[in-house]
Parts: sequence; structure tokens; C-alpha cells
Amino acid sequence: MSVRGRREHLAGWSFVTPAVILIAVFGLVPVGWSLVLSIQHNDLLTPPSWVGLANYRALTHDPVFRSAVWHTVVYTGLFVPVSIVAALAVAVALNRRIRLIRLYRTAVFVPVVFSTVATAITFNWLLEPDYGLVNYGLERLGLPAQGFFRDPNQALLAIVAMTIWGWLGFDVIIYLAALQAVPRELLEAAAIDGAGRLTILRRIVVPLLGPATLFLVVWSTINALQLFDEVYVATRGGPLHATTVIVYYLFDQAFRLFNGGYAAAIAYSLFVAILALTGIQLWIGSRRVHYGSS
Amino acid sequence: MSGPLVQQAPAGRRPPDPAGARRPTDLGTRRRRRLPFSPWHLVLAPTAAVMLLPLVWVVITSIQRPTDALQFPPVLVPHTFHWQNYPDAWRAAPFGDWFVNSAVVASAAVLGNLTVGALAGYAFARIRFLGRGALFIVLLATLMVPQQLLIIPTFIIVRLLGLVDTLPALALPNLVTPFSIFLFRQFFRTLPVDLEDAARIDGASRLKVLTRIVAPLSTPVLATVAVITFLWSWNDFLWPLIVISTDSHMTLQLGLSSFQGAHSTQWTLLMAGTVMTQVPVLALFFLCQRWFVQSVVLSGLK
Repeated sequence: MSVRGRREHLAGWSFVTPAVILIAVFGLVPVGWSLVLSIQHNDLLTPPSWVGLANYRALTHDPVFRSAVWHTVVYTGLFVPVSIVAALAVAVALNRRIRLIRLYRTAVFVPVVFSTVATAITFNWLLEPDYGLVNYGLERLGLPAQGFFRDPNQALLAIVAMTIWGWLGFDVIIYLAALQAVPRELLEAAAIDGAGRLTILRRIVVPLLGPATLFLVVWSTINALQLFDEVYVATRGGPLHATTVIVYYLFDQAFRLFNGGYAAAIAYSLFVAILALTGIQLWIGSRRVHYGSS
Repeated sequence: MSGPLVQQAPAGRRPPDPAGARRPTDLGTRRRRRLPFSPWHLVLAPTAAVMLLPLVWVVITSIQRPTDALQFPPVLVPHTFHWQNYPDAWRAAPFGDWFVNSAVVASAAVLGNLTVGALAGYAFARIRFLGRGALFIVLLATLMVPQQLLIIPTFIIVRLLGLVDTLPALALPNLVTPFSIFLFRQFFRTLPVDLEDAARIDGASRLKVLTRIVAPLSTPVLATVAVITFLWSWNDFLWPLIVISTDSHMTLQLGLSSFQGAHSTQWTLLMAGTVMTQVPVLALFFLCQRWFVQSVVLSGLK
């Protein structure tokens, strides 16, 4: 090996070593360790014992876990399509040069930098059943007061609404950037050919936004499946487990009940589900989304 | 400062209209003749109001008298400005400590990602070293791993290091992320290599090339990594919740959550605390809105 070549290897490795150590210790070792934990009975304190697949088997019989999966599926099934369709509508409305447009865009984006904890506290106050602003608004409209986070039938829906508020700006920015890349000539040509506005939107703009939509679907799904902060602060998984989602249950098992092995099995199941779902979405996307050559 | 959220093509670049020709494609202008303003305001103003209302209501509640917050119908316009909630909240919990902790942890994370991340990103982009391809694939694979899979073993590792309930426990796992390395690598690969080659022929070391030639050209990626890391670290909740138990060691978000636990029905106090914890990052957002938006486009936050 030449001196030059050896020096290159040395330089390369000295540049990556700090990162490699950190990522190995905090990003790679834990992945394997979690797998080991998941086949142990491990209370994170006393010496663990090996239990094989017992944790995974127990999961399939655990009614709280099953309801947590169901809540996560419902949450994701509502959050992903509603937030993306709403974001598309808002982005189309924001994609023009009129007065105050900067104010409108900022208003839509500000909640994204508001922390998840602050968002949950804010909505706890807005949706407070007795003194909250939203119930006051409902009363003024002649509608009955609602329980929101205190009502097992509504709590999950309230979480959906709250997280859409917190996340909408993110999706809108992605769509705005994509909309501004739509070639103007294409829209003008379609209009000259007599296409109406809705037709242009449906037949030209939405297909051109395919890559952005695919990214948002994948990204929002991953995030929705990992919902935790807002649930912890707003409802602690209640009332009556109505908002216990998978990661909340994982946290509860690992750090309140100290069932480390069982929690690791939950984490691995979630990881596999995320990988599978992402794979399916990308596969469907690769067949339906067309990346323009422009 | 606060530029438009997403840059638009300058209007001047459109070809001039042929005399008298109507522009049928200017969606939205057709009806403008009947209204004194664009009809889109009718959609956008309510949307903006709905998005801002929660924030406005937080601020209003934070300056109400505690008794006013417990009335129905609510007091929509405060009679007096009860600023006292802010010093009251500040005294009720160690907000000062939380602020310092958050700042220290976020700064460490930003510095770590900018240095360690840039070094690794540069090596992946430019230096041909043994094992580079394999290492990069491993790196991409770790990008896919969700935080929840890591936290239990990471907690055990942090406990083995004797760092539970300390600030280093918060900073260490986030000192460099695969995503930062990936962003740096992608950016460095777009830079022309000639300048670097010239400097290398003149005998400059790799490190000198990186700090003297590449870094000054890399403001966009440095800013993006800084913003993403800062926001992630500043707003992170799950990891601090697991690893920190002492009040004075908490970060702002964890502290705010524990403050809520202690004062769950004292809404004026709670809203003052919420405002105090969110103002720093909101101020930063308004100061460098352009970088924030660019970072969002490049990635995903939160």
C-alpha cells in the first residue's frame, strides 16, 4: 500500500472515529441490546432471566396492549389523511402573492416551533370542560358542552385535533415548496385548453405533488405511530386507557412498572411494524408516484 | 430577517402580456373585480385565526387575575393586566435552572453535531478510506431506528456510566446524529473539488482544507444542522422524562410538564409558565425564520 493511500485511510478513520464511537454506543449497541432484553425477564435492577419468546407471546394476550395498538391505528388512520389533505388545501391557498400572505404563512407555521408539551398544556386549557374557551364557543353556537380529554369517547379525537394543529405547518411548508416548483407553463397550457381550476388541481397539480405527498405520508405515519409527548402531558393515557397508545404503554411498562423485557418486546414489535408499513408505502409509492424529469 | 416563508419567483420575470390579453391562468384574480380584495382572504384569514387563537388565548390567560380564569363564560378581554402571574410562576418553580439546563444541553448538542458531524460527513464525502462504503450503509440503517427502540438500553448504558439524573446524560446520546452526518455528506459532495485539490497540492492537511476552505462555503448546511439539532434538543421530552428526576436538573419542557403536575388547575400560573418556556424559541424563530423554514424543507423536525 502506498504511503499516500495509507495516509488517506488514517485521515478518513480519524475523521469518522468520534462519530463512530458515539453512534455505536448510543445508536447501534442499543438496537441489539433491545433484542436481547426482549427475550429476558428484566426489571432493570435484579439479574435478568431468559424467557425466550414469552414476552412476545404475552403481548398477543395482553388486553391493554391490544387496545393500545387499536388506539394507535385509529389515531394514525385519522391523523395522517386529515393532516395531509388539510395541509394541501392550506398550501394551495397560501401559494399566491397577495397582501398579508407572510402573516398568514407565519401563523400557520408558528405552532411547529411550539413544543409538544406546551401544545398539550395549551389544549388542556382550551378544551377544559368547565371553563374552557372551546366549550364557551359551543355554548354560543347553541351546542352542548363536551368533555374532550375527560370523555373516553372523545379524548383520542381531541388528541388528533391537537396534533394536527401542532403539525399542520410542517406539512404546509413541504407542500408550498413543492407547489412553487410546479412549472407555470403547464398550468397556463391547461387553462388555454379549457381546463377548469379543479380539473387543473386534480389532474396536474396533485400528480406533480406526488413525491411530496409520498414523503409526508411516510413521515407522518412514522411520527403518528410514535405518538407519546402529547398523550403523556394531556391525558396520561386516560381516561380509562382511552388514549393509551403503543409508545405510552411502552413507557409505562419500562419506567413505571419496570418490566424492561416486556417493554423491549413492545419496542421491537413497533419497530418491525414501522419498517413493514414504510416498506409497503414506499412500494405503493414507487408504482403510483411519478418523479418528473424537469 | 423574516423573509417570505418560501421564496417565490420574482414577479418581474414573467413575460410581458400582449396588449389587452386577459391572463386566464391567474387563478384567483378573476373574481377580484367584484371584491375590493382577493377572495382568498376569506379562506386564509379564518385559517390564520384558528392557528393563532390557541396562542393568543394562552397569552391572554397569562395576564388575567387567577379568579378571572375560573369563570364561565370566560373573561375574553382582561379588565386589568395582571403581570404578577409571571413573577409568581418564576418563584413557584426553578424556571431559571431549567432555562440554563436546556441551553447547556442544546448548545452541547449543536456543537457536537457541527464538529463531529461535519468531520464524519466530510470523510464520507471526500476521503477514500477502507470500509467507507460499509460504514455508510450501517449509518443509513441507523437512520431508520426509532428513538423508542433505543431508550431502554440507553438508560442502562447511562446508568452504567453513573450519569443518571445529570446533564451529561441528556447531552451524550445526542452529540451526533446519523442524520447530521448524512446532511453534511450530501452537501459536501455538491461542492467543487478543485479548490480543495489545489490546497492539498500546496501541502494543506485534510483538517486544514475542511476548516479553511470547505467550512466557509458551507453556511447553509451548518445553519440547517444547527437549527434542526437545536429544535430537537430544546423540545425533546421523552428522554429527559426518563433520565432526570431532580427538579433543578430538568430541562424547560420537562420542567413545564412537572409544573403542570403541581399546578394543574392554576391556569393563569400555568399559562405564564408556558409563555416563559416558549418565548426563547419563538424569538429565535422570528429572528431567523428563513433558516427555520429551509431546515423544515430539508428534513423533519419535532
